[in-house]
Amino acid sequence: MSLGAPPLGIVIVGHVDHGKSTLIGRLLLDTGAVDAGQLARLEQAAQRRGEPLELAWLLDALQVERDQGITVDTSRIWFRSSLRPYVIIDAPGHSEFLRNMVSGASGAAAAVLLVDAAQGVGEQTRRHSELLVLLGVRQLIVAINKMDLVGHDEARFEALKAETGAMLAGLGITPAATLPLAARDGANLVLRSEALGWYRGPTLVEALDALSLPVASDAPLRLPVQDVYRRAGARWAVGRVDSGDIKVGDRLRILPTNQLAVVAELDVAGQRREAACAGAAVAVRFGNEVLLARGQLMVPESHDAMLADHLRLSAFWLDSEPLRVKDRVQLRVHAAQVAATVLSIDAASGSGEEVGPGGFADVVLRLAQPLACDPGRTAAPTGRAVLLRRDRICGGGLVLEGERRTAAATGRAMLAPDGTGLQAIEPEPGRVLWLFGLSGAGKSTIARTVKQLLADLGREAVVLDGDMLRLGLNSDLGFSEADRSENVRRTAQIAALLSRQGLDVVVAVITPSAAMRGLARDILGSAARFIWVRASLETCARRDPKGLYARASAGTLSGFTGLSAPFEAPLDADMIIDTDVLAPEAAAAAALASL
Amino acid sequence: MSAHLDALEAHSIFILREAFHALERPALLWSLGKDSNVLIWLARKAFLGEIPFPVAHLDTGLEFPEVYAFRARYSTEWGLRLIDNACPPLEETDPSLPPGARIAQRKSLGLAQALERHGFDGLITGIRRDEQATRAKERVFSPRALDGSWLATDQPPEFWDHLVAPRAPGLHVRVHPLLAWTEIDVWRYIARENIPVCPLYFARDGQRFRSLGEQGITLPVASEADTIEAIIAELEATRTPERAGRTMDHESEDAFERLRSGGYL
Repeated sequence: MSLGAPPLGIVIVGHVDHGKSTLIGRLLLDTGAVDAGQLARLEQAAQRRGEPLELAWLLDALQVERDQGITVDTSRIWFRSSLRPYVIIDAPGHSEFLRNMVSGASGAAAAVLLVDAAQGVGEQTRRHSELLVLLGVRQLIVAINKMDLVGHDEARFEALKAETGAMLAGLGITPAATLPLAARDGANLVLRSEALGWYRGPTLVEALDALSLPVASDAPLRLPVQDVYRRAGARWAVGRVDSGDIKVGDRLRILPTNQLAVVAELDVAGQRREAACAGAAVAVRFGNEVLLARGQLMVPESHDAMLADHLRLSAFWLDSEPLRVKDRVQLRVHAAQVAATVLSIDAASGSGEEVGPGGFADVVLRLAQPLACDPGRTAAPTGRAVLLRRDRICGGGLVLEGERRTAAATGRAMLAPDGTGLQAIEPEPGRVLWLFGLSGAGKSTIARTVKQLLADLGREAVVLDGDMLRLGLNSDLGFSEADRSENVRRTAQIAALLSRQGLDVVVAVITPSAAMRGLARDILGSAARFIWVRASLETCARRDPKGLYARASAGTLSGFTGLSAPFEAPLDADMIIDTDVLAPEAAAAAALASL
Repeated sequence: MSAHLDALEAHSIFILREAFHALERPALLWSLGKDSNVLIWLARKAFLGEIPFPVAHLDTGLEFPEVYAFRARYSTEWGLRLIDNACPPLEETDPSLPPGARIAQRKSLGLAQALERHGFDGLITGIRRDEQATRAKERVFSPRALDGSWLATDQPPEFWDHLVAPRAPGLHVRVHPLLAWTEIDVWRYIARENIPVCPLYFARDGQRFRSLGEQGITLPVASEADTIEAIIAELEATRTPERAGRTMDHESEDAFERLRSGGYL
């Protein structure tokens, strides 16, 4: 026995009541893993309750579980065979608690799938098997439990073995072993049993010992940038090597910004090293100037990773609120997190428009920005995605396919020929919609609707609302001609800055004179569209969302555009939207179409 | 070199870096025991020599003198930004709890106080799954209400090493970088890295502390292990649980669970 070896993680799954806890309890007793304190404490507890000691109690460490009689959450239990140590990740079978099973099973190297000999393959048996495949647990032992309840019948065992074998074959899995058990009596766990004398195959522990350890893949370097630290004037990209290796002097490509970088210095768990391999926590300093940010992926210079902005996932969903077509979620692959819109859902069952808790579906997503991933390499972290809603993981999936549908040049990398030297990234500039018109004409409403429409298309937009800017940035300005001009100038400058960063900007400012609109145009250039949001003075006064028309009519507000200050009806608009006629959604769609 | 220790170390560093990215105002809880010393050791590696957040000690005033001496020496030597947070007095604890648990509850109250006083949105602690059954249920990122309460039945899923810190007013996140380590892993790592630990862990006159808590509620165990190597040999053979010397775990069947759902580590 090698004491320093890491334990092999195994997860035990199966339908509720098929005997998982009893199996684990018995395994601990028979391998001598239960420590004196645990056993004594449980015996005392059982005595106090006047009940016999249940093996399952070993796992039901929480009061709430004992009260409800079900196992709630993942738990870790250690034991040893004569060959090596194991850690059992207990995964409960209650269907509501699927997220706990996923949490436990994703760390396991192998699974034991428990099937009740009397009840046969249950609904959850199938579901758990499918989840195991998606989670990447490919080594599986099928244990037909409770053989004592079917008179240790060989024919029953063979029938169930054939049934589970066919079910798993449909998922692309061949079990490492299928064996009969009577966990309550300890039959065929560690020791053989006379009652199962017809069985010639391995015991459960022998079958576990025959499993192979996970082997390191020979995939090329994948090193996600987890964070960037500055120490003594130098910048270090930190992360964990997912696959491959990295050496001082290596020429790497950094995605999605597509920069070449040369490794100058390498820190591995606090020590300067020349090289690091998969699994290592490293910090990398580059010899050339590179822009670094969390979510980037370091790959070899001649890489084969994909930059995708559309992904198809084989996904599972865990949240009580279903995932629906058109939903906006956050998607994470390695350290990259981007906004995503659900384009289609092809569920194994159900309507085809949504996938509910515990469900499986093919999900196609459009991403707000391209990210680097490895579609089809489902065992790699870069081939797996998780889906989040409101800062909570709600599902996950294997990346089956990826595609780049938007123009490839959303960012331009200026590479020096030798891969060194300054490299600048220029994002493709965002677009600017400048909505102008009377107060109450509907500028802000349309601006917000445009932002939402852009969001549905997977693009981030910023709304610059004149009223909001006057609360802060422009709070020093009044409503004189000069102040209004200054208000427009500042707003246009901000819009220009933001659009240069790649953001779409929607401006909603009255901009009453042709001169002011000309000033904004000069600042923004030809990429901006100026849209007159028109409504009759009567309509605006009737809407009067801020009560300004009432105050202006009463004479308590001076310099109010349309009543006591002029509005020059434009000859210079790129488009006119008449909100006397158009509803906000239609108006917003028309505004977007002008781009 | 042990590949197993390397893997544990790398995984813990990964978790620490994720925590520092996800949290705005994290702090590391330093109990001065062996596990949180390992945690500090790992944090110094993760952050290239300097820990970019404060290290808080929840001080009941009842630690052993050796523990205070250890704190004084290594807070300086390791360059820690130490927050010495005095815990509220016994009178403020739940009188229905057994006596040992009441002393332990002073730490929960001190924790709540530190959270409020310093506005931490995350606490990095050295708990491990193997030391106590309810701790086996923990996630690596474990969201808590402001009063520290833990809803063990409604934890978010956590898989493929994707760690997420939910942002909501009144929530903080407990971060557990050592969750996958076992007691013997910790000692083997201490031996390999030569990490300082409080001398109370080593046997004197046939007794040593296996788990370090407050005076009065922490008892030594019988042992002759006076070196790290001897401790490792002892652990390889023992069947006594690690927290056997912690009074509050054993006063009643559910005392530790009640402490934990009320915010205890």
